[in-house]
Order: sequence, then C-alpha cells, then structure tokens
Amino acid sequence: MITPTIYIIICAVLSVLVLVGISMMSKVKTAVMGNFLSAASVFVGVLITLLYNDIISIASMYIYMLVGIIIGSTLALRVKMIQMPQLVALLNGVGGFASALVGILTLLKIGQTEQAYPIFSDVTAVLAIVIGMITLVGSLVAAGKLHKLLPQKPVIWKNHALILNFSLVLLTITIIYSAFVGKIISQPVDIAIILIVSIAISSLFGYAFSIRVGGADMPITISLLNSLSGVAGAIAGMAISDILLVSVGGIVGASGLFLTQIMCRSMNRSLMDILTGKTSVAGKKTTKTQAVTEPKKDEKAETKQTSTKDVLKNAKSVIIVPGYGMALAQAQHQVKMLANTFESKGAQVRYAIHPVAGRMPGHMNVLLAEADVSYEQLYEMDAINDDFKNTDLVVVIGANDVLNPAARDAEGTPIYGMPVLNVDQCPNVIICNYDMQPGYAGVENPLYHKEGVTMMLGDAKDSLAKLVEEL
Amino acid sequence: MNPIYLILIFIVATLVGYFIIKNVPSLLHTPLMSGMNALSGITILGAVAAVGLSVLYEDQSIVVGQILGGLAVIAATVNVVGGFVVTHRMLKMFNKKKKGGNK
Repeated sequence: MITPTIYIIICAVLSVLVLVGISMMSKVKTAVMGNFLSAASVFVGVLITLLYNDIISIASMYIYMLVGIIIGSTLALRVKMIQMPQLVALLNGVGGFASALVGILTLLKIGQTEQAYPIFSDVTAVLAIVIGMITLVGSLVAAGKLHKLLPQKPVIWKNHALILNFSLVLLTITIIYSAFVGKIISQPVDIAIILIVSIAISSLFGYAFSIRVGGADMPITISLLNSLSGVAGAIAGMAISDILLVSVGGIVGASGLFLTQIMCRSMNRSLMDILTGKTSVAGKKTTKTQAVTEPKKDEKAETKQTSTKDVLKNAKSVIIVPGYGMALAQAQHQVKMLANTFESKGAQVRYAIHPVAGRMPGHMNVLLAEADVSYEQLYEMDAINDDFKNTDLVVVIGANDVLNPAARDAEGTPIYGMPVLNVDQCPNVIICNYDMQPGYAGVENPLYHKEGVTMMLGDAKDSLAKLVEEL
Repeated sequence: MNPIYLILIFIVATLVGYFIIKNVPSLLHTPLMSGMNALSGITILGAVAAVGLSVLYEDQSIVVGQILGGLAVIAATVNVVGGFVVTHRMLKMFNKKKKGGNK
C-alpha cells in the first residue's frame, strides 16, 4: 500500500509539522494551534504506522487505544490546576514505561520485522529499557513527592553515591552484554539475564536518583525526566527502525534538556550538582524545622497595622511576588482580587515571577492565568528587578528562597549565588507566608526581620482577605 | 534501516529541537513542557507496530505480545492524550484571559 519511500517522506513531513507545532507553542497567540498541530501529527503518525505495516484491521489494538484514551482524558480533565506538576510527572513516567515495553518486545523479538542489524537493535532495545525504566520510577517518585505521598525532603541513604555508581556500572555491563546476545550462554538465557538485570537495576537507579532530590529542585528533575522520556522514545525508535520515533524523540529530548539548563542557570546550580546530590546540605536543615508546623501568629503584625494601612492606601505602584505558598493555599484568586482592589484605587500592579518560583517552570504563570491575571502584567526577574527600589509596596505571597537576600552574601548556604528578586530594596514589604520557617533551601531569611517588612502569618487566603478589607 | 542514518536523524532532530525552543518565554514553560511530554508518547508508534505485527506473524508468543504490547499501547496513549488535553487546558486559560483583557 505505502511504499517505503512514501513512508519516509510522510515521516519527514510529520517531523517538520511537529517542529512547527513546537515553535508555534513558543508564542502565546499561536500556542493553542501549535498544540493542535503536534497532536494531529501524532495522530497521523499512528494512522500511517497502521497502514504501512498493514495492521489496521487488528481489533485488539483499538481496545487498548480506547482504554488509554479514556484513562488519559479522564486524568487530564479531572485534575485541578494545582496538581498539574504531579500529573505532568506521572504522564512522563507512563511514556517512559511505554518506551521500556517497546524495548522489551524488541529484545524478545515479538512483533518485529526482520532486523538487518540485530546487534544495533538489541543494544538500543536494552538502552530503551534502561532509560524508560529510570524515567518511569524516577517520575513516580517525583509525582509521589509532589502529591505528598512521599516525604518532600531529600532522602539520603548511607551509601547513596556508591549505590548509584554501582548500578551505573552494572547497567553499562548489561548494555555491552546485549551486544553479544546468544553468544555468551544461550539465546534465551542471555535475554533473560539482560532483561532481569536491566529492569531491576534501572528501577533502583531511578528510585535512588529521584528520592534524593528535594522539593526546590523538583522543577529541574521533572524537566530532566521529560527530556529522558523523549530520549527513551528515540532510542526505542532506533531499536525498531522507526524514523518518526527517532526524530520526534530527539526533538523532545533536546528541548527538555534545554529547559533543564535554563532552570539550572536561574538557580545558579549546575546539573551535575543536583544529580550528584550536592544540594543535600539543605535537606538536613529542613528536617529540623519541619517539626514545627503550628503557624505562629505574629503579634508584631497586629501592632503595625495602622502604618500598614497607610502604606496600602497610598501605594501608587505595587509588585506582587507569588511563590509556592500561593499554589499550596490556592490563593491565586485572592491575589487577583487584591490586585483589582489596588487597581481600582489607581495603583499600578505588576507581578514579579522568579524563574524557579513554584515546583515547575512557569508554575506561577499557569496559576495566575487561571485567576485571569493578564500576562502583560507578569514580569520575569530580569525585567523587573531594577524596579523594586522605585516601588511603593511589595506583597509577597508564599515565597521565600527566591527573595532571600542571603543568597547574595551568605556564602556556603545552598542558595548562595542564586539570583533573587530584589524585594529587600523596596521600602515597604508585606509578606503573607504561612510561618517564619526557612524555605526549601533551609536558609534563614533576614528579610523577615528587616524594617519596613510586615509579616502576615497564616493561610495566605485569610491574609489576603484581610489586606483587601483594609484597602 | 542503516543505524548510521538513524543516529544521524537523531542528531539532526536534537539540534533543531535545541534551537527552536531557545526563544520561549518562561510564561509558556509549563505548557511547553507538558506539550513535549505529550510528544514523548510518540512511542505509541512502536507499541502499535509491535502489537499489530505480533498478530500478523502469528508468533508463538502472541499472548506475551498482546499483554506487553497492549500495556505499551495503553501507557503511550495515556501519555499522548493526557498530555495534549492538559496542555490545551493550560493554554486555553492564557487565551481566555486575553479576550477578557480586550473587553
């Protein structure tokens, strides 16, 4: 029906369409269309694969797909915006799992066309299993942490680095082994050993790698896993000689890696530091402070109320700094309400978004968008950082590390050197945080005790309601 | 297909992907990430082919093929469908707000 040449041409066209779709997604206006275009390309890709392999009449396939569609769309439609990070992590893991399964099938020679290069196919199959399983387990742990099923603080085992290095060595040996399938013991035994070792050890590796990452580094981890799931797909594609899989997987892998890099840069951390657990210093400190959960109502806030009132009323320009606390308290609508109140009094309201605020890149933007905040009001750190000193009032909602001035001078702390928002340069600051505890990085925030800073402790929703009332 | 071509395609795709995403504003990082995430479910092609071919060739291991392949198709479909729907939901919020601003 479809000749190989036509098939290759169609694959090339679809790859280009996917690229166009992604590039359209980099602009707000065309993003929705870009998403549709990518989705349509995948759909056509499936159709072409069915036609090319002449398997369009296999009934069981449609049952599987239907099940997948039902589960996928239910998950996607039911989930709340606040739960987006864990859903993205979960979907990521599922994708990795699929790649691993394709790798397993390839290695078992089930449903495969005759491979002209069996060794290449075997090796890439095992690679796909390894990367796919790491993605699956790593993503599940990340999702569990984000969903609070697992402790959010980094968990560090006694011989953590040793276990990771040892499993890497074992995995490398397994991959080399797979180049000699059928030549070491016998075909079935070789395959069995490779399968068991690669699945078990890569799961262990994924778990060990992900469990060590603390909450603040989660965005980077998710982004990295996203990249890995793309790479897993591409390698699975190499194993079964599927051009479209290779190209799209490659695109996803590269762009995921680039996003990861952007995020690392904005946190002033190298990817290697995160992977090798150098951030673990933070973990020990946070464990101590997490014991205190009771929100302490600060009496200072009460006494200062009169002066705060004046500041609120006279503010002509306001910068709002949201953080993960806003996401936790689901306070984005209250934030918008506060902004509206300011605006109705003629004040200019802007939002300062730190690149790593929240638990996912762009996390704050999505939440604020949900609350109908216009994206023209959202400013990235570099664009707004010089304006803090000329602003009358800064309202911080559930952010801590991203505005901690300690990042500039407290050498040796995990956040040292991380670019932060210059909130401390503004004469009047109101901080609506749950408590006075240090943020994820575990570093005390000197801003809390600075003059001109009003702390409103407790649930951000209540604090914001109080502010609106006072206005 | 010759492995060299496959690796070449991979490298070219990687480079192009790298450059195309360079100019994305951080506003769109989350939708973009979830869009990429959906695309990583492209493995569905491999899964579909494996399931279909295992039936077509009447392999002895058709049961294993159906179970593992079926799982793979389900997993990949969940990834693709879930990913695109979630992305669409996020992007729609940006647009809704834009219309609101014009009023």
